[in-house]
Amino acid sequence: MRIKLDINGAEREFDVEARTTLLDCLRDHAALTGAHAGCEHGVCGACTVLFDGVAVRSCLMFAPQAEGSTITTVEGVTPGPGEMSVIQDAFCETHGMQCGYCTPAMVLVAHALLIDNPNPTREEIVDAISGNICRCTGYAQIIDAIALAAERRRGANRPAERA
Amino acid sequence: MSAISKFRYVSTDRRVREDRRFVAGKGKFVGDIVLPNTKHVALVTCPHAAARIVAIDKSAALAMPGVHYILDGDELAAATLPLMTGLDTPNVPRRPLAHQIARYSGEWVVAVVADTRAQAEDAAEEVVIDYEPLPFVLDAEQALESNDILVHEAHGSNVLLDKTFTWGEVDKDFAASPRKLKLRVKWGRSSTVPIETFGVTASWDPWRDMLDVYASIQMPRFNDQIGVALKIPLTSVRVHYDVDVGGSYGVKRGIKHTVLCGYLSRRLGFPIRLIEDRLENMRGGDAHGPERLFDVEVAFDDNGIVRAMKMRALENVGAYAGRSPFQLGKPVGAIVGPYKIQSVQYRAVAVVTNKTTQDAVRGFGQAPTNVALERTMDEVANLLGLDRLEIRRRNMIRHEEFPYVIPSGTTYDSGDYHAVVDKVMAHTSYESMKAERDAFRAKGLLAGIGFAACLEPSGGNATFEALLNSKVQTSTYMDSCRVNVDGLGAITAMMHTTSSGQGHETLVGTVIGEVLQVDPEMIRVVRPDSLNSLPSGTPVGSRMAIMLGGAAFHAATKLKTKLVTIAAHDLGIPLERAVYENGEVYDKTNPEHRRSWLDLVQIAWRSYHRMPADMEPGLAASHIMQVPTGGHLPTADGKVQMYPCTSFEFHFILVSIDPVLGRPEIVKYRIGHDCGTVINPKIVRGMTMGGIAHGIGAALYEEFAYNDDGQLIAQSFMDYLLPSSHEVPDVEIIHHVTPSPNTVFGQKGSGESGYLGAPAAVANAVNDALRPLGISTNRLPIKVSTLGDMIAAAQEKKSKGQ
Repeated sequence: MRIKLDINGAEREFDVEARTTLLDCLRDHAALTGAHAGCEHGVCGACTVLFDGVAVRSCLMFAPQAEGSTITTVEGVTPGPGEMSVIQDAFCETHGMQCGYCTPAMVLVAHALLIDNPNPTREEIVDAISGNICRCTGYAQIIDAIALAAERRRGANRPAERA
Repeated sequence: MSAISKFRYVSTDRRVREDRRFVAGKGKFVGDIVLPNTKHVALVTCPHAAARIVAIDKSAALAMPGVHYILDGDELAAATLPLMTGLDTPNVPRRPLAHQIARYSGEWVVAVVADTRAQAEDAAEEVVIDYEPLPFVLDAEQALESNDILVHEAHGSNVLLDKTFTWGEVDKDFAASPRKLKLRVKWGRSSTVPIETFGVTASWDPWRDMLDVYASIQMPRFNDQIGVALKIPLTSVRVHYDVDVGGSYGVKRGIKHTVLCGYLSRRLGFPIRLIEDRLENMRGGDAHGPERLFDVEVAFDDNGIVRAMKMRALENVGAYAGRSPFQLGKPVGAIVGPYKIQSVQYRAVAVVTNKTTQDAVRGFGQAPTNVALERTMDEVANLLGLDRLEIRRRNMIRHEEFPYVIPSGTTYDSGDYHAVVDKVMAHTSYESMKAERDAFRAKGLLAGIGFAACLEPSGGNATFEALLNSKVQTSTYMDSCRVNVDGLGAITAMMHTTSSGQGHETLVGTVIGEVLQVDPEMIRVVRPDSLNSLPSGTPVGSRMAIMLGGAAFHAATKLKTKLVTIAAHDLGIPLERAVYENGEVYDKTNPEHRRSWLDLVQIAWRSYHRMPADMEPGLAASHIMQVPTGGHLPTADGKVQMYPCTSFEFHFILVSIDPVLGRPEIVKYRIGHDCGTVINPKIVRGMTMGGIAHGIGAALYEEFAYNDDGQLIAQSFMDYLLPSSHEVPDVEIIHHVTPSPNTVFGQKGSGESGYLGAPAAVANAVNDALRPLGISTNRLPIKVSTLGDMIAAAQEKKSKGQ
């Protein structure tokens, strides 16, 4: 079936089987491979994307169900080729990853959190990432990364209307 | 770390270069590599714990849309050799697809090839297999003691390995000791379970006679094993190492997957891809970890000085040998932990059962052994009424006693265990921890303090293979690095293995930058494929800081020597007057008289007439590194120099338990950590934190549990519980540096740190919490349900008694 999705600010059309998950559609049809398959039953969170701004598991949703919604992947929060967002840079600064497999999802969760809550407590950060399993880091440097990103974003110059 | 460093880049808090691509989702994982015209594999697995395959009806499946081929075990067994195993067990053949008999629930029986993975899965459901269920055995002790049910009939028993080592005067020491204690400790079956499952794409090109392999591997001698099983020369196996691996911690071996896909690609002429789904990964991926039963007996005096130990370790390896039995061998290199136990008897037994096959897991068997040792130290203290910290201090090897030879023949390179313990206790006092524990107890909760003092043998040689199988003569386990300076003066370094998050590109850049005094960010690090690689042993056994770091150091040093030699010749001065500084070389007696980096590049690349006689043109150097202290086989009496370095970790934690729920919560976590010179502080911190999280999982949550029918009942992340950010506490690391005399910068390994001691610390803390109730548990994982029941029963008994 043909579906239209708004991905990272562009309308895209795909011909998919009705049973195609949003994750498979993004990876196999849209060539956006930043979302990863981890458990494909909604526990590990490696497939996380932003769905109308909310972090959701793309493995638990069929692609046709996303029609008419706004999807943001890690490629959509990357400012440009070779250019990192404040959050991505903070993950590099604290080494908030090892193998990098859960990382795009963690970055998206951090984006979603910091848009809602620019000044999260440590507990709020722990809560926000608790649906995403990282097997490498024990989470400490991910939590540090998000706290650092929040601090840097708060200190950044912004246009008045967005302050 | 010391405030004044003798290093320019080593030990400084530098970013990890790999991270940039990962934060943007631009890692290149095996699932991101798609070759044109690739076909996909789905697997049909055995539903029984053991069964004879009577008949396979493929007709309905073959008629399904998109299906190309259906492969069974008979065809594959006829065309390929069994997978290599390290033990001398020729009658326990292991193959990618079950041949005639399937030996565990979930074992692969048939592979379906179709245009898409979904079509292959659809067709897999239509394959009809007639099974004759067979008797099965799940329990290791039953498998050991009775031959009534044999997993491999031709082998004649279920025992793959049964070796007893006696190091020192064990019987005499036992007879001379006034006190003895026996303990049984069970390490439940868990594993590393990376978030990326194993995956492989294999592509055969009949016009070049070449099998290209892209796989999510961390496997020594991977290409050897593929070539042997497929009966093709290694010149026809090209393994691509520039594939990012989404976590491994030991298990990403994938030999059977790759042999299967390699065979199918040669048979069918398409690239063949098999990416495990989570169920395949947990059940038939052959990636389970140790399931080990320890019987420990120690002999000691009234002061708690432990003189001798007898340990039997019984490993339930599952249905086939895999790499697992060797995990009983590695702990021999730290069999007494940090303690001065004089004599040891160690019996290592591995049995096959009808469970999933195991592979290597972080620490290669050391973490379970550490639980047995550390639980024993606690119980010795409890029996004598001594303090558990004090008894450790009394038994630990003292700084001035290094290098220290343990009874099993391994020399510990260096350490200062008492200093690490003192540092941790200075950071968080024992009294304050006790006060906090007692405050929990006063509130009606259970609470306990846990210690674990553990070693991390590092540097990874493979001497355990020869120790457990005398036919194996392996005494090297090399790693390698090559450094090139190009015609415009830029540096490229080559490493010859995959990585799974350990930051090896950063390691290589840092080390070469240190030696050549060049900003590491200017150094490109690449991974050639296996046909373009120097011999490399891959990242196992916490070895890469030592081995790849060492190889990079020596290759860069050779290059530096060449630069200095060229410069001295061109300057017309003796070699000893030439000084290398920041990539330039000058005359010590006249610093103005110098050659720049680009001058030297010009000479080596283009002006051969200015080179010293007989020197090769160009600027390239390589080094293949032997393991420091390596090169010897075990002695006839079973003594062996295992790994060259020993890192040390001391865990000090507080756990509270709600007695109604039985749910342990780790309230405080302190770890003293000494891995010698730290090359990259961010990486070492991450390894330690991640290891602790993984160890908490093994101690409290994770188990591949089976029911009585031999069915794996933890088949998803709903049942196999990985610690989330809620389960992992804040951890404070207290660093100490005791450099190793065996390595180029004094570094030791840290890839398994945290994991080696966390399970022991948690088990000890929980037991300290349970002590007031008069109960204890020595079975990991200590699950909430079990703990709740134990506490309820003990409280009921107590109230009835009153």
